[in-house]
Amino acid sequence: MADVIYPRLIGARLRSQMSYRASFALDLVTQVLAQWIELVVILVLFGHVSALGGFTRDEVLLMYAFAGIAFGIADLFAGQLDNLPTYIRTGTFDVLLMRPLGTLPQIMVSDVRLRRVGRIVGAIAVMVYALTHVGVAWTPAKVALTIVTPLAGAVIFGAIWVVTCSVCFWIVEGREFANAFTYGSNTFTSYPVNVYSAPLRWVMAFIVPGAFVAYYPSLALLGKQDPLGLPGWVGWASPLVAALAAAVAGFAWRFAVRHYRGTGS
Amino acid sequence: MLAGMTANVVFGLLRAAVLVAALKAANGEIAEYGIAATNTYVWIGQGLLGFILLWGTNELAERVRSGDVVVDLYRPWHLQSALLAQDLGRGGYAFLSRLAPPVVFGMLLFPFQLPASLMQWPLFLVSAVIALVICFACRFLIDLSAFWLLDNRGLFGFWNVASGLLCGLTVPIAFFPEWARDALWMTPFPALMQAPIDVFLGHGDPVRTLLYQVFWAVALLVAGHLVLQRAVRRVVVQGG
Repeated sequence: MADVIYPRLIGARLRSQMSYRASFALDLVTQVLAQWIELVVILVLFGHVSALGGFTRDEVLLMYAFAGIAFGIADLFAGQLDNLPTYIRTGTFDVLLMRPLGTLPQIMVSDVRLRRVGRIVGAIAVMVYALTHVGVAWTPAKVALTIVTPLAGAVIFGAIWVVTCSVCFWIVEGREFANAFTYGSNTFTSYPVNVYSAPLRWVMAFIVPGAFVAYYPSLALLGKQDPLGLPGWVGWASPLVAALAAAVAGFAWRFAVRHYRGTGS
Repeated sequence: MLAGMTANVVFGLLRAAVLVAALKAANGEIAEYGIAATNTYVWIGQGLLGFILLWGTNELAERVRSGDVVVDLYRPWHLQSALLAQDLGRGGYAFLSRLAPPVVFGMLLFPFQLPASLMQWPLFLVSAVIALVICFACRFLIDLSAFWLLDNRGLFGFWNVASGLLCGLTVPIAFFPEWARDALWMTPFPALMQAPIDVFLGHGDPVRTLLYQVFWAVALLVAGHLVLQRAVRRVVVQGG
């Protein structure tokens, strides 16, 4: 049953958003700009320096682009979790539990905002620029890595969203706490992780596996040594990390939902 | 509130790290910003963000759309002044709950550049309050656009996306290339964030900075007043 319902739900959402063309176009442009804010920051900084953490401008742009595409895809499906506090506070989460479908997929398709595609488009444009300007010794494996990296990154971001939003079952107004890690990870992963201080790096790169979104795959693609000393194969491990993160997120969500108590009627 | 503070601190740490990495690559200083000045810039910015309420709500615009604004308009008050008074009151509380914590956090844990002269403290306070007034005036104008647009969420979203970069929250205005710097200082955006930070750090002439802020505060409040007068003429109240 679910295989028919979800595409239909998404289709209905998309049609409703396309009905206000002008408003949708403006929203889309705003999302492209939102993605390019960090691009401006990178360009401004590289107006004063020639390398950041030992990486050139175009190399940093590559990481920024990987992170941007991954975040955009995750935002498209998991961004709706930001509304979770409202569901919990008002008790409408009960409705989701009543239906014979999973709670998490229901929230994910509840409000797929097509305008968020703007972020992805903005990031893909930068990726095309970066890939044509950094020296990559292309092999079939590296082509595959370039395609798989944003997808694995999206799963990692999605998992971060699910785990941190699960906190809202305990702290109802936990949205901003979750945002520190979801939106924060977007900023974090846009730069080489060796620019951050050790404590921040441990939390955001390895406990929250942000380093595997863009940093390590980019190193593998560029054929560069990790200044932090991890071996080269780590750059190819992102899909594995993504699978692991998704599993953790699944457990966290189930554990959290079990903790939920309805508000009564 | 603790959740909000976590987000505020995490974003501060991220921005400080990237900026300091850039400074190190540039031999320790970019455009008058050394390590201590940069950390100070980041933590004051993180504090001001909640104090001036850069990313506020779209509440008034929603009330325009729903028609509830009629209730606000027929009260015996000047709507703009009343809302400004409300926002100043909010600022009083936000000073303790939003501005002070990140600044104290930065002061205790990072190299911090305290003002060289005692006079800079009261000047910073004045500058921050004017920034709050300007921010209110900007948000008020965006809200009023709903009288014409009905759905102003596009404009509101655009403000939320662009204001951080334009006002100097994301990266100091001094880091921009000269043409962009000059263009930005012609707009009210730096008055929201960069101006109070400049006063605190002792960058530039504080009197000139304050005069620039006062000019925009007056100009935007007057604009808000005039726009409101015109907007009211568009309101049609269905009897009842």
